[in-house]
Amino acid sequence: MSWLNRPASDTQVTHGGRLWLYLVAAIVMILLVVPTLIVIPMSFSDSQYLEFPPSNWSLRWYHEYLESSKWMRATLTSIKVGILTMCIATPLGTMAAYALFVSGHRAARPVFLLLITPMIVPVILIAIGTFYAYGRVGLNNTIPGLVLAHTALATPLVMIVITSALRTYDLNQERVARSLGANPVYAFFVITLPQIKFSVMTAALLSFLTSFDEVIIAIFISGGVNATITKHMFSALRDFIDPTIAAISTILVLISTLLLLVTQYIGSREK
Amino acid sequence: MYALDDVDLEVFSGEFLTLLGPSGSGKTTLLMAIAGFNRPDSGSIRFGDTEMILTPPHKRDVGMVFQSYALFPHMTVAENIGFPLKLRKVNSAETAERVTEALATVQLTGLGDRKIDQLSGGQRQRVALARAFVFRPRILLMDEPLSALDKKLREQMQIELKQLHRQLGVTTVYVTHDQREALTMSDRIAIINHGKLAQVDTPQAIYNRPSNSFVADFIGESTILPLTLDTQERLLFEEQLVLDHLPEAFSKDNSRDWSLVVRPERISLNADSQRSENDCLVFRGEVKEFVYQGETALALVKVGKDYDISVRLGTNAASSQTMMKPGDEVNLSLSRDDVIVIPQEKTP
Repeated sequence: MSWLNRPASDTQVTHGGRLWLYLVAAIVMILLVVPTLIVIPMSFSDSQYLEFPPSNWSLRWYHEYLESSKWMRATLTSIKVGILTMCIATPLGTMAAYALFVSGHRAARPVFLLLITPMIVPVILIAIGTFYAYGRVGLNNTIPGLVLAHTALATPLVMIVITSALRTYDLNQERVARSLGANPVYAFFVITLPQIKFSVMTAALLSFLTSFDEVIIAIFISGGVNATITKHMFSALRDFIDPTIAAISTILVLISTLLLLVTQYIGSREK
Repeated sequence: MYALDDVDLEVFSGEFLTLLGPSGSGKTTLLMAIAGFNRPDSGSIRFGDTEMILTPPHKRDVGMVFQSYALFPHMTVAENIGFPLKLRKVNSAETAERVTEALATVQLTGLGDRKIDQLSGGQRQRVALARAFVFRPRILLMDEPLSALDKKLREQMQIELKQLHRQLGVTTVYVTHDQREALTMSDRIAIINHGKLAQVDTPQAIYNRPSNSFVADFIGESTILPLTLDTQERLLFEEQLVLDHLPEAFSKDNSRDWSLVVRPERISLNADSQRSENDCLVFRGEVKEFVYQGETALALVKVGKDYDISVRLGTNAASSQTMMKPGDEVNLSLSRDDVIVIPQEKTP
């Protein structure tokens, strides 16, 4: 075990001296990841009930999911709402972050905080509030209603990602471009945007995921033909325990992980 | 309190004018106002006879060089320089030609295809410069463009910028807080302090005839000595006559104090205490401190009622001057031509 005696960093700490740290990290990771991963073997079970470990293996619950028009419609709704949320929240959040960043106005900071409140306020409060507000204007159980609520959740994320990208960007570049003859809009699109484009893509993926994974607001304001997949899963869990949930969860975990990996990859490209 | 207050400045066509002042004096604010990035609350900015105060930056036809260079890292050197030409819809053949020409002017021939991150600091500086003049702007504005470079390169670039200015003949407004840079490069210098113009003049005039104590103190080294005004409106220092009349350049009101500005290199060291014909003031003093600094040496000499005068001396290998030590008695004189008298607001 010679690696235990090798230095772990520029200081004198060896890997041996850090062993306890590695153990803690491993335990934390297991506790975080295992509950998520446990659904994967369960989804390949042949049993009528959720069971771990499965006694017999099969793909029947995946068939069940793919052949159910109810589940397919909910999946489509979720994807549709996710994409629409992404398409609205990304430009909206980018514009807000950019404007507040360059303005230097003393109201910029309070306005920024105001706009990111949906991230701070407990989601259940937003859900209840939205439900009653939508009740009055007839937006409950509609796609536009869902998209609007999810946009409110996703916009703060976009703003935070874009603001941190702008912090490392030299705004004088835009000034130079303008002095050289570019109008402000052209300067933004040709000079600034290409340099923060990876952050914009990251923000877009995050806003899609925010909507796609969201369940609390969806429980309140989505239903009928416009119920999201998360809402259906929640109802299914309450009404009857069925391994279809495990199969869907597995697929969702896969999609989310994949998107996050893409985000990470994009982030590393920008460095 | 304004960032800029009552600034009335005319830049002549083809001139190299430097805005010089300490940090926070408002010089960059003034430059940004000329470029159009901030709008004064009141006043007028004219290019020729055209009022520009409401014209946005992209329509002012001004070339800018920033301290950070602000090159576009996602474009090549040639694309950076070609950017203003592309915006002016210059065709690609002419753009290529003018970019090549600009690269040659800043001595970067053949580097057009480089990425920005493959350039050294000095090369980036030159690209930023080429990009600012390639479209033949009406004015070239530079905001401390050399301050990120090391001393040697900075001094070399100062000379190059001066040559380039002569070659292009473009009206240039240059911002710096470095007085030596300002003296080296400028046709005229505008000294700014607390948002107001302290003096606008040629480097020689600014150095030799500062019009107030801020300029005298800010430019070059100086010792400022208090003068007394006698009943015949003569100015005296330690009972020696400095001027037999008040300087004409200043209004003759008695609400001011008067000071004598002594440049350390204008003081001469004498063998005896004899007053020669040209001497205005002679002092006998005691050396308090003596430091050898290579090309010159600096002595701090105590004269009269405890006034410390800095004296800068040339050095050479054989010079006995390089061997002064604290406690030595020396004779100093200041010639009539080197007398600089300035008014000073009375200290309450």
